[in-house]
Amino acid sequence: MYNKSLNELSAALHSGEVSSVELTQYFLDRIKRYDGEINSFITVTEEQALASAAKADKSIAAGQAGKLTGIPMAHKDIFCTDGVKTTCGSRMLDNFIAPYNATVVEKLEDAGMPMLGKLNMDEFAMGSSNETSFYGAVKNPWDSTRVPGGSSGGSAASVAARLTPIATGTDTGGSIRQPASLCGLTGIKPTYGRVSRWGMIAFASSLDQAGVLGRSAEDCALLLEAMVGFDEKDSTSVERDTEDYTSTLSKPLDGLKIGLPKEYFGEGLDAEVGKVVEAAIDEYKKLGAEVVEISLPNTHLAVPAYYVIAPAECSSNLSRFDGVRYGYRCEDPQDLTDMYMRSRGEGFGSEVKNRIMIGTYALSAGYYDAYYLKAQKVRHLISDDFRQAFEQVDVIMGPTSPVTAFKIGEKTDDPVAMYLSDIFTIAVNLAGLPGMSIPAGMVGGLPVGLQLIGNYFAEGRLLNIAHQYQQLADWHQQVPAGYTD
Amino acid sequence: MSLTADEVRKIAYLARLSIQEENIQTYADKLSGILDLVAQMEAVGTDQVEPMAHPQHMTQRLREDVVTESNQRDKFQAIAPATEAGLYLVPKVIE
Repeated sequence: MYNKSLNELSAALHSGEVSSVELTQYFLDRIKRYDGEINSFITVTEEQALASAAKADKSIAAGQAGKLTGIPMAHKDIFCTDGVKTTCGSRMLDNFIAPYNATVVEKLEDAGMPMLGKLNMDEFAMGSSNETSFYGAVKNPWDSTRVPGGSSGGSAASVAARLTPIATGTDTGGSIRQPASLCGLTGIKPTYGRVSRWGMIAFASSLDQAGVLGRSAEDCALLLEAMVGFDEKDSTSVERDTEDYTSTLSKPLDGLKIGLPKEYFGEGLDAEVGKVVEAAIDEYKKLGAEVVEISLPNTHLAVPAYYVIAPAECSSNLSRFDGVRYGYRCEDPQDLTDMYMRSRGEGFGSEVKNRIMIGTYALSAGYYDAYYLKAQKVRHLISDDFRQAFEQVDVIMGPTSPVTAFKIGEKTDDPVAMYLSDIFTIAVNLAGLPGMSIPAGMVGGLPVGLQLIGNYFAEGRLLNIAHQYQQLADWHQQVPAGYTD
Repeated sequence: MSLTADEVRKIAYLARLSIQEENIQTYADKLSGILDLVAQMEAVGTDQVEPMAHPQHMTQRLREDVVTESNQRDKFQAIAPATEAGLYLVPKVIE
């Protein structure tokens, strides 16, 4: 049961082979049994999950159910859930019971999916290893001495260990694709603005985008269909209807033009990872695709520009955490300034403080042009690189992460080394494009991800391209040893 | 780019973050490393480049100035650190 696709689970629920209550209990039992090892959940919402499962069973019995009705899932703890603790991985929100639902949460509740719980993550989504969480590091189910990637590390680890059939995540600089890569999953970050940001705790508002981490492209397509769409509550939501991603999955790939950016296969890329990625691209040739070399000449500027833009936006967004209306407040504040400073100083962890300070510095008087304005101009150059590339090719492919999962603690003392984990993913966020990672092989027993980058709103095409590969390969079916019974 | 301990103290104050004195140097080192990374942007000329504010070059959507929220004061204040008579309490501001 644990390794079934969403379509198979849906069929089992509709045929009466299993009830949603049984299925939900089954995954809750797996969480109890295995999560002590990987620490992927911050909160398990057992009672609530079983209550919505019972409701789902009634809709199924009444013939009013949709495809997703009754299939359990879990949310990254960045999405506000009414009446349920929503921490964003931070001490700052350790006592925060969200007073409303995020639009994404509302939509999946309406689709009839029981929520198993809230998933661990890097604090305020700032990290690439899930080690900055106030609730402790998440372990990679493929090797518990290694990181699952981040910031959606709990989402990746929980799906990889099959503690939930599928999970939501968010991606500001690679936070869905990089953990998907390190945990052997399929992950999709849609075009900026495609999924509502309402109720998703903000990190860098011009980059943040919600998406999915699942077993396969088919599973991701099903969940993403239920998540996308215009939301008037999000001022940057794109005015575009929902889309059918599942009906186009089986389109043949004859004549597909794949662009390989030469900058993604050079310095910084582990040679073994590179070989796996190249082998996967060769498989696409068998499917009728044509491969051409392209150039994205400003690739090396993406990480530097990102570490101005994201911290600048974060310093502004996180100024709301002041200890007044919700969240952590220090003991015995002497005056208002003391309350602000100690509540924030004690409530935030050190990586969040790094980023707030970089952003504060970059936006302070006299530095704006040298940092923020410069970065926004570089962002334009990076975006133009992609625009030109998509005049020649349909999809861009390359590695998701330059390396496989690294050891816990390996990069915690060196923020710059950690930031370079995202050298191949960050440019996609700066340009606002959709991107995916799909499992493409193994190196030393650890998963390697192939990254797929599409043009604006090409989510359906990306899922189709990913699905066709998954008809040939079975990397996405593999489950780490120790989680298979 | 190398930030001094005093500069870190100043930035931390601007950001309203208390930082333990013994950690100031560590922050100075880490922030300086990040600013060195950021400085790689200087290698490219951008005089003729427009800054990019939005991926799809969208403009801000506006809405009618009408009330859309209902009053949920009790619910919101249930999670506040300190309230009294429907008000949020903070340390004394005016002497």
